[in-house]
Amino acid sequence: MKIGLLHSLIRKDEKFLIDEFNKVKGIELVMIDDREIKFNIGKDKFDLDIVVERCINHSRALHGLKLFQSAGIKCVNTYNVATICGDKLLTSCALADHNVPQPEVRVAFTEESALQTIEEMGYPVVLKPAVGSWGRLLSKVNDRDAAEAILEHKAVLGSYHHSIFYMQKYVEKKGKDIRSFVVGDKCIAAIYRSSSHWITNTARGGVATNCPVTDELNDISVSAAKAVGGGIVAIDVFETAEGLMVNEVNYTMEYKNSITTTGVNIPQKMVEYILQVAEGRK
Amino acid sequence: MKTECPVCGAQIELASDAVQGELIGCPDCGTELEVVSVNPPQVKEAPQEEEDWGE
Repeated sequence: MKIGLLHSLIRKDEKFLIDEFNKVKGIELVMIDDREIKFNIGKDKFDLDIVVERCINHSRALHGLKLFQSAGIKCVNTYNVATICGDKLLTSCALADHNVPQPEVRVAFTEESALQTIEEMGYPVVLKPAVGSWGRLLSKVNDRDAAEAILEHKAVLGSYHHSIFYMQKYVEKKGKDIRSFVVGDKCIAAIYRSSSHWITNTARGGVATNCPVTDELNDISVSAAKAVGGGIVAIDVFETAEGLMVNEVNYTMEYKNSITTTGVNIPQKMVEYILQVAEGRK
Repeated sequence: MKTECPVCGAQIELASDAVQGELIGCPDCGTELEVVSVNPPQVKEAPQEEEDWGE
């Protein structure tokens, strides 16, 4: 079996995954560097059974997946999953369509309507770029003065996709949230991410500790994964007085800090799932 | 075989399981480096973070 690994830089996450693939007999891992590959639409023929997407750039991941799938190659995750997870607005719609609990989200297209919306929601509100990563350019808006300033800055200085104003009601998470890892139809592990800052991403300094996978956490994580199309995804979950809520779903999940923390060999579980998909058992 | 950090000139020996494209840190200056070749060993400064990097 030939497995293509679509990548650019090889981070620890990819290294762990490669190590696990190398332990499996009867497979050939083909490294596909997204900085070198060229596509010829409609004419490409790839001698591969499946492509595993591990790009560091969202844009290359998304378009690479589309091009491989168009050439008839199975992909993990799929282009559809990457499309939905790569856009917070589409993710929120998918969660709502599948009745997965999430914080209140509103959307507006102009500075004026966004300001009206924020005032209606009540402070604080979190403004997020619909397409963004690693917690960058998130703004916690505490009052009208801040709202006016941030909206003006986004309108004047932001690129065009900042003109879609995605506003999420701020959730008081008491210094931590949950990152759960879903592979197929199971939540295999979870961590708490703690920080004195309101942004708890580990890429921004959040500290990881193990989080037990309760039935409730498994259920909401798997529901969120199914809502976006399934596969291998990481779910950001808030613990609130009203129960668990899904904040975001990530499709090229980063897990290097979570293997030792959880005691779960996450890349091994990923490899098992990828082989099942490649063999048509999933 | 060893190679040299392009920033500080320190000697760098790649791990036996190093792969092309892998990110490593210079043990002397801490610069993030990318392995561009395993045999012969060769490294360059890792690319700067781009706007759409990461999950």
